[in-house]
Amino acid sequence: MIPRPKPERFRLRRTMMFMNAQKPGLIKDAYIYGCDSIMLDLEDAVAENQKDAARFSLYHALKTIDYGDTEVIVRINGLDTPHWQEDIRVCVAGGADGIRIAKCESAQDVLTVEQAVEEAEKEFGVEVGRTLLMAALESPKGILNAYEICSASDRMFGVAISGGDFRKCMQTSPQHDGVDMLFARGQMLLAARAAGIQCFDTVFTNLDDQEGFEAEVLQNKAMGFDGKSLINPKQIRFVHQVFAPTEKEVIQAEKIVRAIRENAEKGLGVFTVDGKMIDIAFLPGAERTLKLARACGMYEGDLV
Amino acid sequence: MEILKPAIAGTLESSDAQVTVEPGEGGIELSLTSSVMNQYGRQIKATVLETLERLDVSSARVTVVDKGALDCTLKARVECAVFRSCGASAANIPWGGAVR
Amino acid sequence: MKNAVGREIPDSLLVNGKEVYQGKNYMDGKYIQKAAPKTRRYETPRESKIVDSIVQALKDCGAKSGMTFSFHHHLRDGDYVVNMVMQAAIEELGLEELTIAASSLGAAHDPIADYIEQGKVVGIQTSGIRGRMGEVVSAGKLKTPAIIRSHGGRPRAIEGGEVHIDIAFIAAPTSDCVGNCRGVGGKSDCGSLGYAMTDAKYADHVVVVTDCLVDFPNFPTSVEAIDVDAVVVVDSIGNPKKIASAAARITQNPRELMMAEQAAKVISVTPYFKDGFSFQTGAGGPSLAVNLFLEQYMDERNIKMGWAIGGICGPMVELLKKGKVGKVIDVQDFDLDAVQSIHTTPNHFEMSASQYANPANKGAFVNKLDFVVLAALEIDTGFNVNVLTGSDGVLRGAPGGHPDTAAGSKVCIIVTPLVRGRMATVCEHVVTVTTPGDCVDVLVTDYGIAVNPLRPDLIECLDNAGIPHVTIEALKEKAYSLVGRPDGLEWEDKVVAVLEARDGTILDVVRKIKPFVL
Repeated sequence: MIPRPKPERFRLRRTMMFMNAQKPGLIKDAYIYGCDSIMLDLEDAVAENQKDAARFSLYHALKTIDYGDTEVIVRINGLDTPHWQEDIRVCVAGGADGIRIAKCESAQDVLTVEQAVEEAEKEFGVEVGRTLLMAALESPKGILNAYEICSASDRMFGVAISGGDFRKCMQTSPQHDGVDMLFARGQMLLAARAAGIQCFDTVFTNLDDQEGFEAEVLQNKAMGFDGKSLINPKQIRFVHQVFAPTEKEVIQAEKIVRAIRENAEKGLGVFTVDGKMIDIAFLPGAERTLKLARACGMYEGDLV
Repeated sequence: MEILKPAIAGTLESSDAQVTVEPGEGGIELSLTSSVMNQYGRQIKATVLETLERLDVSSARVTVVDKGALDCTLKARVECAVFRSCGASAANIPWGGAVR
Repeated sequence: MKNAVGREIPDSLLVNGKEVYQGKNYMDGKYIQKAAPKTRRYETPRESKIVDSIVQALKDCGAKSGMTFSFHHHLRDGDYVVNMVMQAAIEELGLEELTIAASSLGAAHDPIADYIEQGKVVGIQTSGIRGRMGEVVSAGKLKTPAIIRSHGGRPRAIEGGEVHIDIAFIAAPTSDCVGNCRGVGGKSDCGSLGYAMTDAKYADHVVVVTDCLVDFPNFPTSVEAIDVDAVVVVDSIGNPKKIASAAARITQNPRELMMAEQAAKVISVTPYFKDGFSFQTGAGGPSLAVNLFLEQYMDERNIKMGWAIGGICGPMVELLKKGKVGKVIDVQDFDLDAVQSIHTTPNHFEMSASQYANPANKGAFVNKLDFVVLAALEIDTGFNVNVLTGSDGVLRGAPGGHPDTAAGSKVCIIVTPLVRGRMATVCEHVVTVTTPGDCVDVLVTDYGIAVNPLRPDLIECLDNAGIPHVTIEALKEKAYSLVGRPDGLEWEDKVVAVLEARDGTILDVVRKIKPFVL
C-alpha cells in the first residue's frame, strides 16, 4: 500500500496523459514517461458494461502502484449516468489526488460532486478537503458558465476544454489555425484566470499529424494555457519543450525573486531590476518561472 | 458472499487475467493456467484464494486464465467476478473493507 | 565443476579436451588445427550438376544414417529447405540417427519436432531454437543434448572440426547449373549468404537447393561452384513474405523509443563517439530505433559513422545512402530494403560469419567494433545476459551474434524493459548465461540506466554528462517490487542443451524443466 502525499492545489501541470483505467498493462507504470499528471479514465475509454471492472482495477492500481511525484487524477463518468457516485467513492477510497468532472455545465454540477466527495471522504476516513477537483467543459453551456464553474469551490484547481464533444455541439471540426475553438478557449482562459485557477487545453488526437500537433501546442502556450491533455506518451516531450521558460526568462526571474526578498528585508516596496520597475506583484510569476525551470532541468538553485 | 450465478471478469490480453466463478458444491475448486506458471503459479494460487477468503466465498468453482497479470490485477478480476455473480458489482462496494 | 560465471557444469561433459568457461579472451594466442573436409574430384568436364530431386542428391552424396546435415538460416521464418531435406532423408530414404547443424532454427521448423520425438533426429547444433522444437528439446526428447553456439562460435567449431558436416544444404535464391550461388536475383531473395560460406568450405559434400536457376556464371558469387557437388531445382525454397519483412519500420512504441533515446545519449557521451566510429544494432524494436536518435547526435556533432556491421535493416541502409556511414558490411539481411541494397548500393558488402564474429581466426570484425546495442530476455545483477531460455526455463531464443559482439566491442549496451508482463527482465540470476557479464557494459531500461562497475571510465562519462544512473541491484529490486519475487525453477538432472561460449568452453547447460502443477 503506497501512501500518497496530500495533493497540492497549485503545482506544475504541463502534461496530463489519459490512460484507460481498465487496461492493466497501461496503468501499471504510466508515470515513467515523465508527464506531470496521469488521467485515469473511467469515462469514454471504458465500455458501458465494464464500468464495474474498471473501478476494481483502478482501486488496486491506486493502492498498489507507486506513482511517485506524478499526480494521479481520475476522470469520472458524467452526472447524467448511473456511474458517477460509485466512481467518486472508489477515487476517494483509493486516494486519487483529484477528480475530473466530465461534461460540467454549471457551478451546481461542481457542488454536487463536491458534496459526494465530502461524503466519501467521511465514509473512508480521508481528510475532508483532500481530494481536488477540476472541471471539463464540453458544451457551449459549460463555456458560457465557465467563471461560475471555475470559482464554485476551493477544491477546484483547474478547468479544461474537451474538444471532441464541444466541436460536435458547435458543428465544427479541428482546424489548423484553431479558429474552431478560439473563442471558447479564450473565454475559458479568462474565467480561469479571473477565478485564479489553472487552465488546460484539449487532446490532439491525430497522432500522424505531428505538424498540426506542434502548431496547436505553440498556440496553447501563446494563449496562456498552463498545460495540455495528451493521449500518447510521445506527445509529452514537445509540450515540455514548448512550455519550458527561456534561459533569459529564468535569469530574469532569479534576479527578481532575489531582489524582492532582499529589498523586503530593507523595507523597500518598489525598486528597479535591469532598469525595469519591480514590485511584489512580480513575485508569483517569477516563482512560477523558476518552478517550471526546475521541472525542465534548467534551474538547480534554492529560491523555490 | 455466495456465488449465485456464473460470472466472468477480465480479458485474455497480455498482463491481464480472465477469472470465471461458478456456483460450487462446497469448498473452492480452483483451476489455473498461467503464462508464468513455473515462476508464479504458487503466488497466483495464494492470491486468488486469499481474495476469495476475504470476500467470504467458501463454495465456488473458479477458473483463472492468467496472462502474466500483476497481483493487483488478479485481485481486481477475482473481486469483480464475485460481485458480478451476486449482481452487486455496480454500487456500494466495500472499498478498503473486504475489497483491499 | 563451476565455471567463471558460477555455473555448475557436469564433469561428464568435460571430455575430449572440453573445458569450462574461464573468462573473456582465455584462448588468446592458442593454436587451432583446422579440419579439412574429404571432397570428391570432378575432373571430367561436365555441363551441369543439376540432379532431379533432393533424394537423388542425398544418394549421390552417399547419405546414410548417423550423418550430420548443415543448413543456414537466411530464409528465416520463411525457410522450406530444412523440412524438405529432412523429410526426404527420413521418410523417403529411411535414414535415422541424424544430426542437424544449422546456423539457426526457428518457427518454420516445427515439423522437425516430430522427427525428434520419433528419435530420427538425435542431435541439434544451432544458435536459435524456438517454437515446438524448443519445447520438445526442453522436455528431454532429443537423444543427445542440443549444442547451442553463437554466430562466431559456429564457424570456429566447424573450422576446428568439432562439427563435421557430412552434407551441407545451401538454400540459394539463385544458382547456376554448377552451383554458383547468390542471395539475390530470384523470387526468394535473402541478400547476404554469410552464414552459408563456412559450411560450403568445410563440408564433405555440398548440395545447392534453389528455386531460380540462372545463366552461368552467377557472379559475383556468395557460395562458389568449386565447392558444390549437386544442384537441385525445386518449386520454392521459402515464403518470401517471411524471409525478409517489408521495410523494418522504426518502432512507434513510446517505451521503446524512450529507451532507444537513452541508449543513443549514452553512446554520445563516450570518447568512442567520434568521426569514423563503428556500430552494430539488433533488429528489435528499441535497438533499431537507436539509429534514429544516433543520427541526430551525429548531425549535431557533424560526424559520420565509419562502418556498420551485423544483420542489416533498412534504417542502416538509409544512413548509408545519405552518406552518413562509410561502409556497411553485412552477414545477414532482415528486410527488403537491405536485401535490395546489398551488392547494388556502393559500399554495401557481404561477409562470412567467420569474418563477422569467429573468435578463433586472426581478428573478426566484431573485434574492431566501438558500439553494439543488444536486447535481452533476462539480465542479472552480475550483468550476465540470457537470450536463450524464457524465464520459465524453456528454450525459446538464440545467442546469435550477441556474445560475439558483446565480447569484441568497446561499449556493449543492453536495452530492455525492466519487466515484460509479469517477468522480471532484470533479475537475481538469469536462467541461462548466454553472454557473460564481463562483456556487458551498460544496461538501459525504462526505469533507469545501470553501468557495469567493471567500467569506471563509462561511469565517469555518464556522471560528467549528468546522465543519471543507478546500480543494477536497485533495478532488480524495482523489478521485483513490481512483479513479486519469482519462485525458483525446478529442474531434473538431465541436461537437454549445452551452451558453448564463443571460444568453445562450456558457459552453461540447460536442464530438463520440471513444470509446476497446481
